[in-house]
Amino acid sequence: MTMALLEAAPGTVIYESRIEAASHWSIRMRKGTVLKLIDEEGGANVGMLFFNPENLLERYNAPDTLKCQHTFNLKKGNCLYSDMGRVFCSITDDSIGWHETICGNSTKNIVKKKWGEKTYQDYHNGWNQNGYDSFLVELAKYGLGKKDMAANLNLFSSVSVDDMGNLQFKENNSKAGDSIELRFEMDTLVIFHTCPHPLNPASEYPRKAIRYQIVQSAEVADDDFCKNFRPENRRGFENNKIYHAGACPHNNAASQDCSHD
Amino acid sequence: MIKESLLTADQAVSRELVAAGDYYIDVVKKGQTIRILDLEGNQAADTLFYNADNTAERYSAMDTIREQGNVYLTAGTKLISNEGNVMLEIVSDTCGRHDTLGGACATESNTVRYALDKQCMHACRDSWMLAVSEHEEFGLTKRDITHNINFFMNVPVTKEGGLTFEDGISGSGKYVEMKTLMDTIVLISNCPQLNNPCNGYNPTPIEVLIWD
Repeated sequence: MTMALLEAAPGTVIYESRIEAASHWSIRMRKGTVLKLIDEEGGANVGMLFFNPENLLERYNAPDTLKCQHTFNLKKGNCLYSDMGRVFCSITDDSIGWHETICGNSTKNIVKKKWGEKTYQDYHNGWNQNGYDSFLVELAKYGLGKKDMAANLNLFSSVSVDDMGNLQFKENNSKAGDSIELRFEMDTLVIFHTCPHPLNPASEYPRKAIRYQIVQSAEVADDDFCKNFRPENRRGFENNKIYHAGACPHNNAASQDCSHD
Repeated sequence: MIKESLLTADQAVSRELVAAGDYYIDVVKKGQTIRILDLEGNQAADTLFYNADNTAERYSAMDTIREQGNVYLTAGTKLISNEGNVMLEIVSDTCGRHDTLGGACATESNTVRYALDKQCMHACRDSWMLAVSEHEEFGLTKRDITHNINFFMNVPVTKEGGLTFEDGISGSGKYVEMKTLMDTIVLISNCPQLNNPCNGYNPTPIEVLIWD
């Protein structure tokens, strides 16, 4: 079954689903597959973290991702790095142009202060869930906890700075139908939630669902846009290649992970 | 914001020199003041803080940036934990601006940033790994190594979304001073990086001073 999926033609949608607003989920993505996230009605926020399922101590590192590519924001072409110098995934397509990764999560206190409390008891799944608790729940499923919660991505959300370094949240950064595609360059545990961005000034709790697709990717060509977006990214891809070569020597025909190296 | 301290070195209860490429780890008690002094100028001090009573609570760059609405740290900045509590407050600062976006150098990220053959050059994360291994009494491991403050480091962010490591704005004798609001484990790597101007390509010692 798994092999059949891995051999699907590039562009084949392997799976498609929807994540309700104010919710959380996790997916193990295979190397060579794309996670496409689609903002259904505009104004979505997706908090996201990555871990290496073979070694959960290897995780998404926002500072390394930013400094390696000399950028404060993330967009098409950028690679999302682990703390071990490897590329979890590349942003292969993006209709938005600015995603942020420095503002962290909404918390119980932030949500209560901004939008008031809506408990499960009173509102069931229409409660005002927060990003921090969402991550804690999802992380705990893999034996992870507070200590493992690094700076997360806030996909679909834009925060810039002025000359003095003051943060500016951009409202309606993402429109209905906007999407971002993450092509995974190694097997990755993806933890994510759809809770609002902590700096969103909306008067009502923003309740925004997303749709997502898992799509079979084409092989990464040497002239690949993301691989060549920055000279650093070529070296990141080289680190992945070394990792996969070491993890599954090419004389091991049973190993799936060598299929794209 | 430049703000000088009234404390004098002769009244400090502890003074410790930290050589370039070495680390500092110790508990600073609630109510004490800690100063990190850039002795020769243009140095970077990569620093992490943990609640000494519960190390799952630690300095959070994201919470600190978001709650003050600004990416730079200086006098008046409250250093906030992942639990939303103020751990320390910067009370004096003669440098004017410190970074918490750039993270620490690691051998692995050095391969990406500079060249694959730079993999065995000494890096901040290696100093931290040695620190937590030599001091098991604190119960810290790689899991606990999170996003740090780079005291004295200059990482300007532009409106357009650029981010660069620039030549430092610190100089000989500049310092930053913090008051602790809880018993805090302080873990510092005195940055050994030789590949960028964060410490002027010339790593030099720092001094850590503590007052009651």
